[in-house]
Amino acid sequence: MDERRARFEAEVLPHLDAAYRFARWLSYTPGDADDVVQEAILRAFRAFDTLRGSDAKAWLLAIVRNCHWTAVKQQQRRAFVPLPEENDAQDGYAMTATTPDPEDVSIRRDEQRTLERLIAALPEEHRTVLMLREIEEMDYRQIAEVTKVPIGTVMSRLARSRAALKARWLREAEGEPNAVR
Amino acid sequence: MRCAESLRVQAYFDAEVDAVSAADIERHLEHCAGCRALLQDLEQVRTVLRRDSVYVRTPPLLRAKIISALDLESAAETQVAEGAPAAEGAPAAEGAPAAEGSAQSRVAALPRAAPRPSERIPPKRRMRPFWLGAFSGVGGAAVAATFAFLLLVPRFTNPLLDELVSAHVRSLMPSHLIDVVSTDKHTVKPWFAGHADVSPVVADFEPQGYRLVGGRVDYLEHQRSAVVVYQHGAHVINVFSWGGQGRALPADVTRSGYHLAFWKAGDLEYCAVSDTGWDELLGLVRLLKE
Repeated sequence: MDERRARFEAEVLPHLDAAYRFARWLSYTPGDADDVVQEAILRAFRAFDTLRGSDAKAWLLAIVRNCHWTAVKQQQRRAFVPLPEENDAQDGYAMTATTPDPEDVSIRRDEQRTLERLIAALPEEHRTVLMLREIEEMDYRQIAEVTKVPIGTVMSRLARSRAALKARWLREAEGEPNAVR
Repeated sequence: MRCAESLRVQAYFDAEVDAVSAADIERHLEHCAGCRALLQDLEQVRTVLRRDSVYVRTPPLLRAKIISALDLESAAETQVAEGAPAAEGAPAAEGAPAAEGSAQSRVAALPRAAPRPSERIPPKRRMRPFWLGAFSGVGGAAVAATFAFLLLVPRFTNPLLDELVSAHVRSLMPSHLIDVVSTDKHTVKPWFAGHADVSPVVADFEPQGYRLVGGRVDYLEHQRSAVVVYQHGAHVINVFSWGGQGRALPADVTRSGYHLAFWKAGDLEYCAVSDTGWDELLGLVRLLKE
């Protein structure tokens, strides 16, 4: 393996899961996410020399976002409307936690499904900002870099998405007093 | 009515403010009930998201596809870098598609001199997405070149590394991860006695962030090796162990985005494999060595 490839594997590929999750939040159909991620990794490899010690994760996720927009534009040109996909059926594997929880597996799974649905219902630009902050644990500057908006916009989108998720979660939980602990 | 300070309170919650502003916001929180409630909400949303969100990970099949696409890409790059000698040395039949492959992927605007065999390909094939075209173009000669390249520079100089990465990836596929599900070392350890050829160290390091989730048996180094499975945050760490073969262990290394850390203890050899960071992986190795 040549030296450039080895450096790419060490610096960029550890963020593959983050890139995949990000693509899933963006396009939300597993097949599209696969294509977007594969294209993004190849683009990243070709442009690897431009990384030069900056933040590899934010850099890679920004490329994923660009690939996503390219794909969206191509789809619009072809006037191709994908059929709505049911996530649960063919994608049961990817949506299942890798390790079973010894206790309350079924309750947790219901809550997870509710949460997935509530997150999916958020507008895309709110969903991505929220997930980059809470799941990928990126700071405002990194999120601004990935989503290409000013930090002020990152902050207001975060505030709005958090408030919306909280409100919807509470609404779901009505009649189920144990849901929010 | 939302308090005008709410965005600053959020920034405070996200640890995005300096110490002076933090003190300022803490003073504000003391007399603003609305912002205190907001802080609680933020905390609650974070707890729910981090607890109940499924940490979706890259499907192993997609990861494998990406790795082989990268193999093709680096083979093509090597070919471009070595350029002239490769083209001259190759027979004419292979030379033409190779030139076209790099032309498509790199200098697409280059004028084409003469009709090439591939232009007889039915038009249907050209309607595929760009990268597919690029790769099928590279394909013909590049496959030959890739094999030559792989023979010259073996990607896995040690077959053990290959085996370990494959076993780790395989374990992430549905229902392959764990044979005995238990967070109790007194369940996992005796289970190995009847199933594996070795009896490795099994311990739970939940307080340190490494939760024991179970055990598994894999066939490795021509024996039934024991695998202890830990979870650290969203990451799975497989700790493989097998009877020592009396030869030097490979150095710690990263392969296909997975880190592999090796060590010996007694007459057993261990390898921890994960896509978590090096620090986190070596943290578990340190605990296991103690």
